[in-house]
Amino acid sequence: MTSLDVPPPPAASALSNYGRPLWRRWLLTRESAVIVAVVLVWVVASSVVPYFGTTTTLGFLLLDATPILMIALPMTFVIITGEIDLSVASTLGLSSVLLGVLTKAGTPIALAMIICLVVGLLVGAVNGFLVTIAGLPSLAVTIGTLALFRGVAVGLLGTTAITTFPAFWQNLAQARFGLSGIPVVMVLVVVLAVIFAVVLHFTPFGRGLFALGLSRDTAEFSGVKVNRAKFIAFLLTGIISALAGIYWTLRYGSSRGDNATGLELSVIAAVLLGGVSIFGGKGALHGVIAGVLLIGVLQSALRLANVSSDAINIVIGALLIMSVLSPRLLAWARRLSPSRTRQRK
Amino acid sequence: MSPIGTVRPPANAVARLTGHFFRSRETGILAALVIVIAVTTIVNPTFLFSPDGFRDLLLTPSILILIAVGQAVVIITRSVDLSVGSVVGLTAYLAGRLFIDVPGIPIIAVFLVAIAAGAVLGLINGLLVAFGKVPALVITLGTMYAYRGVNVLWTGSNRVNSSDMPKVFLDLGTQTVLFIPSLTIIALVVVLATGWYLRNKRGGRELYAIGSDPDAAELYGLNVTRRVLVAFVLSGVLAGLAGILFAARYGTTNSQTGTGLELQAVGAAVIGGVAIFGGSGTVYGAAIGAVLLLTINRALPILGIQDFWQQAVVGALIIGAIVLDRLLALRLSRKLTSEHQVSHD
Repeated sequence: MTSLDVPPPPAASALSNYGRPLWRRWLLTRESAVIVAVVLVWVVASSVVPYFGTTTTLGFLLLDATPILMIALPMTFVIITGEIDLSVASTLGLSSVLLGVLTKAGTPIALAMIICLVVGLLVGAVNGFLVTIAGLPSLAVTIGTLALFRGVAVGLLGTTAITTFPAFWQNLAQARFGLSGIPVVMVLVVVLAVIFAVVLHFTPFGRGLFALGLSRDTAEFSGVKVNRAKFIAFLLTGIISALAGIYWTLRYGSSRGDNATGLELSVIAAVLLGGVSIFGGKGALHGVIAGVLLIGVLQSALRLANVSSDAINIVIGALLIMSVLSPRLLAWARRLSPSRTRQRK
Repeated sequence: MSPIGTVRPPANAVARLTGHFFRSRETGILAALVIVIAVTTIVNPTFLFSPDGFRDLLLTPSILILIAVGQAVVIITRSVDLSVGSVVGLTAYLAGRLFIDVPGIPIIAVFLVAIAAGAVLGLINGLLVAFGKVPALVITLGTMYAYRGVNVLWTGSNRVNSSDMPKVFLDLGTQTVLFIPSLTIIALVVVLATGWYLRNKRGGRELYAIGSDPDAAELYGLNVTRRVLVAFVLSGVLAGLAGILFAARYGTTNSQTGTGLELQAVGAAVIGGVAIFGGSGTVYGAAIGAVLLLTINRALPILGIQDFWQQAVVGALIIGAIVLDRLLALRLSRKLTSEHQVSHD
C-alpha cells in the first residue's frame, strides 16, 4: 500500500484510551482477559485433571489446535474488514482431497502440495471476486462457496479415502521436538503468526484493514484501496486453509471429502472469543491466538476428565455469548460507577 | 421484492396479477423447480408418476420448509438464526424421551411440549440478540454450540428408536391424506399462514421495515425489540415443530440429529430470494427454495450424476441466486434513476 500517504485516523475510542496509564492500557484489555483465562484453565486443569500436565497432552493439544490456529490468522483479517468467510473448512477439505488424488496419481508430493496451495489461492480469489468486484454480501457468498467447495471435494473422492502418503511427511506432521512434546509443525505456525501479526499491526496495509472495518467510506477517502484489501484478505484465507488441508491430511494420514466439516464455525468462534469484533475494525492477533488455545485447552482437559468431548460445546457456546456480551455488561457497570461517585459529592 | 411499485399497473386486475406473477422473484425459482422435475421425470417417469415418487417429492422437503420459513422471517429482520439445527436435534430427542419416560402420553401433548421447548430456545436467542445488541450471527453461533452440547450431554450415546414410539405417531410421518403426505399439509399451512401474515398484517410489514433500516424503524416508533423477539420465537417454534416431525418421519433420533440444517435453511431462503441483509423476500420463495434444494438432491442420481456432486450443485445454485438478485437490484435502481430524471424534465 504505497499510495497510503495519510495514516488512517485512529478510532475515537482508541484515542480516549491514551488518557490511561500504560499498564492499564496493556493489562485491562479483552486480549489480556483471554490470555489470563487460558493460564487459569491450564493451571487448574494441571492440578485437577490427571495426566493433563504431561508433555504428551501438550503435544496432542497443539497438534489438534494447529488447523484452527492457522486459519484463525487470515480469518481475523477478514473479520476485521467487516466481512466473513464461511468457506474455509470446505477449502481445507478440497485441498485435502486434491493432495490425496494427486499423490495417488503419481504426482511428487511436493508438487502436489504446491498445486493445493495454488488452488487455495484460486478458491480465495473466487470469494474475493464475488465479494469485492460483484459487491455481494460475504455471508451469502461464502455459504454458497461452503457448499460448492465441499461439494467438489466430496464429488472428487466420493465416500472413499486415500490413506497412503510418504512416511517422511506423515512423520513430520506429527513429530515433536525431543521430549518437550512441542510439535515441529509449531515452527510453521509461529512463523505464520508472527508474519500475520506484523502485517496486521505494523504495516499500512494492516492498519488499513482496521480503518476499513471501522468505516468503509473514511478508509476509502484516506487512500485505503478498499476492494484490493478485502480481496487480499480472502486470498489469504484461501491459501492458509489449503495449507491447513495439507497438514490435516498428513497428520491424520487420510484424505477424505468430509475432512474438517464444520470447522469454519470453530474458527470463527475462536476469533470472536479472542476479542475481534464481528462488526469489524477491532481486534488483535494475540487475543485470537489465546482464543484458539483457550478452546483447545478446555477441550483437552475435559476429554482427559472423561467428559464427552462434544459436551465442551456448551462451554464454547457460553463463552462465545459471554464474550460478546461482556463489553455491554462492562459498559453498564461503568455507567453505574461514575454516577454513584457524583451523587456522593 | 417490490419491483411492482415502479411499473405503472395495468388496467385490469387479471393483467395486473399475471404481470406480477411473471415479474416476481419467486416465479423464477418455481420455474427452475418445474424444469428440474420435468427433466427428471422424462428420464425416469417414476420420479413423478408413481405413488412413491409423488409422495417423496412432497414429503422429503416438508421438514426443511418449516425451518426455512422460520429462517426467512428472521433474515427479513436482518438477523440470522444458526441455532435451528440444534433446536431440531433437541426437540426431536425430547419428543422421543417423552414417549419413553411418560408411557401413554397423548401425542398432542408431546407436540405441545416440543413446540413450547422450541419457543423457549428461540426466546433465549431473541432475548440475547435484542438486549445484548450483538449481531444474531454471533449469538446464534453460540447457542448453536450450547444447545447441541446440551443435547450431547443429555443423549450421550443413546438413541431413540422407532420401537420406543407409538405407531400412530410414526404413521403420522409417512401417511398421506388424499395422496398428499400429512407433513406436507402441515408445512403448507405454516407457509400460507406466515406468508399471509407477513404480507397483510401490521406486524408482518414492520418486520420488513425493521430489516430495511433498523434505525429508521426505531425512529419511526416501531417496537423493534418486540418484533425481533417474535421473529426468533417463531423460528424456534417452527424448529421445534420440525424436530418432532423429524422424530415421526425417521423414527430415530440421536445426539447429532439436525446437524447442518441451519446452513441448508439459510441456503433455501437465499435461493428463494430472501436478501441476506433483510427487508425483502417472502416465505413462499424460501419454501420453494427448500423444495428445489432437496428435489435437486434426489434428481441428480436419476440424471446420471453421482450423488456425491449434490452439494456442489447446491453451492452453485446459491451463488447463482445471489448474483441474480444483485443483477435484478441493479436493473431496478437504474430504472428508478431514469424514471426520476424523466419526472424532473
